[in-house]
Amino acid sequence: MKALAVLEQRDGALRKISYEIVTAAQRLGGTVEAVICAAGPVQGADQVAKFGADTIVTLTSPTFAKYAPEGCAQAIAERAKAGGYTVVLFAASATGKDLAPRVAAKLGVGLAADCTEIAVEGGSIVATRPVYAGKALLKVKVSAKPAVLSLRPNIFTPVERPKSGTTETVAVSVPAGRVVVREIKAAEAGALDVAEAQIVISGGRGLKEPANFKVLEELALAFGGQAAVGASRAVVDAGWRAHADQVGQTGKTVSPTLYIAVGISGAIQHLAGMRTSKVIVAINKDKDAPIFKVADYGVVGDLFEVVPKLTEEIKKLHG
Amino acid sequence: MNIAVCIKRVPDSETRVKIASDGKSLDEAGVKFVLNPYDEFAVEEALQRKEKAGSGEVAVFCVGPAAAQETIRTALAMGADRGVLLQSDRIPADGYITAQALAAELKAGSWDLILFGKMAIDDYNQQVGPMVAELLGLPCVTAAAHLEIDGPKGVAEREIEGGVEVVEFPLPAVLTADKGLNEPRYPALKGIMAAKKKPLEVKPVQLGAGGIEVLALTPPPQRKEGKIVGEGPGAVPELVRLLREEAKVL
Repeated sequence: MKALAVLEQRDGALRKISYEIVTAAQRLGGTVEAVICAAGPVQGADQVAKFGADTIVTLTSPTFAKYAPEGCAQAIAERAKAGGYTVVLFAASATGKDLAPRVAAKLGVGLAADCTEIAVEGGSIVATRPVYAGKALLKVKVSAKPAVLSLRPNIFTPVERPKSGTTETVAVSVPAGRVVVREIKAAEAGALDVAEAQIVISGGRGLKEPANFKVLEELALAFGGQAAVGASRAVVDAGWRAHADQVGQTGKTVSPTLYIAVGISGAIQHLAGMRTSKVIVAINKDKDAPIFKVADYGVVGDLFEVVPKLTEEIKKLHG
Repeated sequence: MNIAVCIKRVPDSETRVKIASDGKSLDEAGVKFVLNPYDEFAVEEALQRKEKAGSGEVAVFCVGPAAAQETIRTALAMGADRGVLLQSDRIPADGYITAQALAAELKAGSWDLILFGKMAIDDYNQQVGPMVAELLGLPCVTAAAHLEIDGPKGVAEREIEGGVEVVEFPLPAVLTADKGLNEPRYPALKGIMAAKKKPLEVKPVQLGAGGIEVLALTPPPQRKEGKIVGEGPGAVPELVRLLREEAKVL
């Protein structure tokens, strides 16, 4: 068993999701090689040794300063072919979702995408992936050589299992590529993506109008930069919130530690997108709303009274 | 402008999932099937691009069972010119197999764009588009939420964590569509009538199993029964206590 864990960086700094990929690779019980494409040394890359990387290889090319889909796919696929890996693991992040299918196709195999469990059973890689937006779980045996999988963010909690983490830098020669990332327009400072945040506070029609989302934003701020504000399909379709914030079957599937649904009745396609959250809180004035069926804790009441009170209490905690 | 759009027939997003007796698939009894929502964005984009160019064709390709003809007709009713069904009762869990079948069919055409939805809302595979691009040697941008095309060059925007990536690419290219790209039109009655007369070719295909085998399809674990903490703002201190002491998430 030899695993290739594909790490991610942005602007030369390791992305934390990399810890999750190494943690999952390490769990398979063999050696773990971590690999990352970058223009030069990656700040923090050596940290993955703590989570079980035997070796950490940086593949460098000047074209890797920003994400280079074609160059990275070629470099990773060549590494995967040469190294004799049993399994190649990606994050099912924005970049991983773009990169993993390209690499899999170059290797002539399919991709088990967005897995929430992986294991070795009878010598084969077995993975579980939510389908129908989490309304069912599909268990698959991946017999492709190598097995190529991507892992859902926030599921594989990083666990420290220190290894030697020998580092190596290899300059690779890849063409500039036809698909070029020209720039990255940053979202508002400090804005977290709903798919990666530890705490998600989502609002629905109960908010009544777009400006009222500020009560949720204030609550998010009270959590000190760990919380993102999400939205139901109804309010995204109404143009109140960005598509990027939509949680549900035609939006994002999220698994935060804490999900707070505010003024959301709980349509089946919304529940599908957030039911794997560790703890769910619902705040709704309708005590019969379906959201209370999946919520661990419910508060029945006017959100414009309940949410500010919650913000106040959270501020006290973090005060 | 000649544009191919690859579409899929999927259960409607309101479907309550029941597992079939084989324990490995969806019980399709009573399930309403629709054109995959992300593919609607792809079809709409193709129609708008063709309308803007003033000439060309929009052809729709689908791997699916005989019933997927209905899905193709939906795209034709929106305005696509013709459809091709690569008919297979079974769609393999291995997206590479589907990609190979589509690439083999698309190879013969001369396409300026090949469009997909960014994913199907049933199997969540999110791979067939970029795999077809690899197989055809074409540049590919996934999950495009904004698109501008000027002659042989395009600029797309795709959402990433905490921002938006602005991506340049040359045509011909493969693109997968995200929500936000456009507002898909509803088929008008006239379109629905016209769609009945548009060419729809059915070609049986034999798809291999590939390297991903389904072992089981199961319901997700039931969440344990929750509790109503109370009513109104007065319940908030107790809620916070429970989150700290019982759930241990604060």
